[in-house]
Amino acid sequence: MDPRQIGTIAAKEFWDRIRNRWVLAVALVFTAFALVIAYFGAAQQGTVGFRSIEVTIASLVSLVIYLIPLIALVLGFDAIVGERERGSLDLLLSMPITRPELLLGKYFGLAAALAFSTVVGFGLVAIVLSAQLDLTALFHFFGFVGSSVLLGMAFLSIAVMLSVFASDRTRASGLAIATWFFFVLVFDLLLLGVLVVTGGSYGGDALPYLLLLNPADVFRILNIFTLDDVRTLYGLATVFPRALAEPWLLTLVMLAWIVAPLGVASWRFRK
Amino acid sequence: MAGTFPAAAERGTDAVVAVRGATKHYGSVRAVDGVDLDVARGELFGLIGHNGAGKSTLFKMMLGLIAATSGDIRIGGAPVTGSGFREVRRTVGYLPENVVLYDNLTGLETLHFFARLKRVPAKECGAALERVGLAAAANRRVREYSKGMRQRLGFAQALLGRPRILFLDEPTTGLDPEAIREFYLILRGLKADGVTMILTSHILAEIQERVDRLAIMAAGKVQATGTVQALREQMDLPLWFRVRLAPPDFESVRAALCELPVLAVEAREDHVAVQCRRDQKMVVMQALASLGEKMVDLHVHEPSLEDVFFGFSD
Repeated sequence: MDPRQIGTIAAKEFWDRIRNRWVLAVALVFTAFALVIAYFGAAQQGTVGFRSIEVTIASLVSLVIYLIPLIALVLGFDAIVGERERGSLDLLLSMPITRPELLLGKYFGLAAALAFSTVVGFGLVAIVLSAQLDLTALFHFFGFVGSSVLLGMAFLSIAVMLSVFASDRTRASGLAIATWFFFVLVFDLLLLGVLVVTGGSYGGDALPYLLLLNPADVFRILNIFTLDDVRTLYGLATVFPRALAEPWLLTLVMLAWIVAPLGVASWRFRK
Repeated sequence: MAGTFPAAAERGTDAVVAVRGATKHYGSVRAVDGVDLDVARGELFGLIGHNGAGKSTLFKMMLGLIAATSGDIRIGGAPVTGSGFREVRRTVGYLPENVVLYDNLTGLETLHFFARLKRVPAKECGAALERVGLAAAANRRVREYSKGMRQRLGFAQALLGRPRILFLDEPTTGLDPEAIREFYLILRGLKADGVTMILTSHILAEIQERVDRLAIMAAGKVQATGTVQALREQMDLPLWFRVRLAPPDFESVRAALCELPVLAVEAREDHVAVQCRRDQKMVVMQALASLGEKMVDLHVHEPSLEDVFFGFSD
């Protein structure tokens, strides 16, 4: 493994996203949404204006949980299959580079672009809101931004894996959308469905652990449990065992969600 | 540029590219089937075949892009897919068929990217662009390049790092005749420096005067290897004479050749066409010489590489 080769590929991917203003566009989307949520989140209750960082983060979590997986999947789905379909993969592979190096270079470059957009996008929000935030609130907010970055990297890892397995771009995009539907929309419903159908007699104890099989859920729990005030807002808090509610443990699970798909992708791509 | 390959010397072979029994199966399809090939240092070697004959697969196997099902492929004595593959790759330049580069980069940025991957100093990039005649377009986006310019840029990329072996897959696609001439001039210069080149082409007329040797592939196998002349002789295709008499006189030509086992004597618009076996060439010429001053023009038409190619590949 030669880190310089990984760095060369990663730098190209990153600068490509800077140059075509992808990073700028995504950062602005994050800033705009976050500000709208911070100021108008309570409009339904008849009030506008910033309330508390906890409520703002809780609203942002619901937004980010839809948005970031989608952006990450769209960003990564053609990483490898795109090069293959365009016909530029053979030339890349004829360089003094191994396949895992190429794959990791692609991943790190795209991950850097996504992480940069996330940090800049939400960072701008933190600056705008800085007058209203004390140190604890800032700490919570940066925890949210950090977990958003991890969420993006986990779904990007899945996207890159799909782009290795898919035989063409169309299929890869279909798989990416299906993945989004599954993890963001279907997964929780499925768990709830099983719970309700079996009258809670089956799988009830396993449910909290099953939530770890979905990086979007891990992200949600990570943010709820780090915010004591809003924990009670969610029904989930009552079923989730305290033992698993450690931020470091959830972060480890998230890291596993980044490493595992990349590992599978690398194994497959080497063949 | 004219470096040596210690590993090749140890094996006691001059072949810079040595292919032994290379085979690639895709399920029951034998894309490449037991190919043996030796290409010597400084040789300009052509690889021709119909689409699907297996030449692109063999090309990619020689580059180590596709793992062989069985067989042994070495470049400079080292296996192409072994642990020393990085060293092997640094001695190799590759121009893929229909090269695809990155539209959003400029020509110079494209070369900088590949130079970094090859560990080549960035200052070589300008020289490479100069060499392929793209210096003026160095800072234009590849998006704005014509097909021929992209092909040149692909070639410049292959030249980075002063490779000792060049693999050129259909290198003149999209080039105009002037550019094709310049391209082969560059190849001649590289050859003088001891660079080994393997190229494929569909345009047989273009390569028949230019390659040192070539291999004809069909159905995954190498059907024949040699110089164009050797292949002609091996194929033993008949050759044609075109005889022009003033005034035109078909009968005297036929009379001059009546004792000889020529294959055909035909009256054409303004000349007589005579076909004979290769080993009859000199006797036929002598017989035609007896026509004396009546004969105003004599043209010997050797079978083209195309004729040879169809002879071997069909």
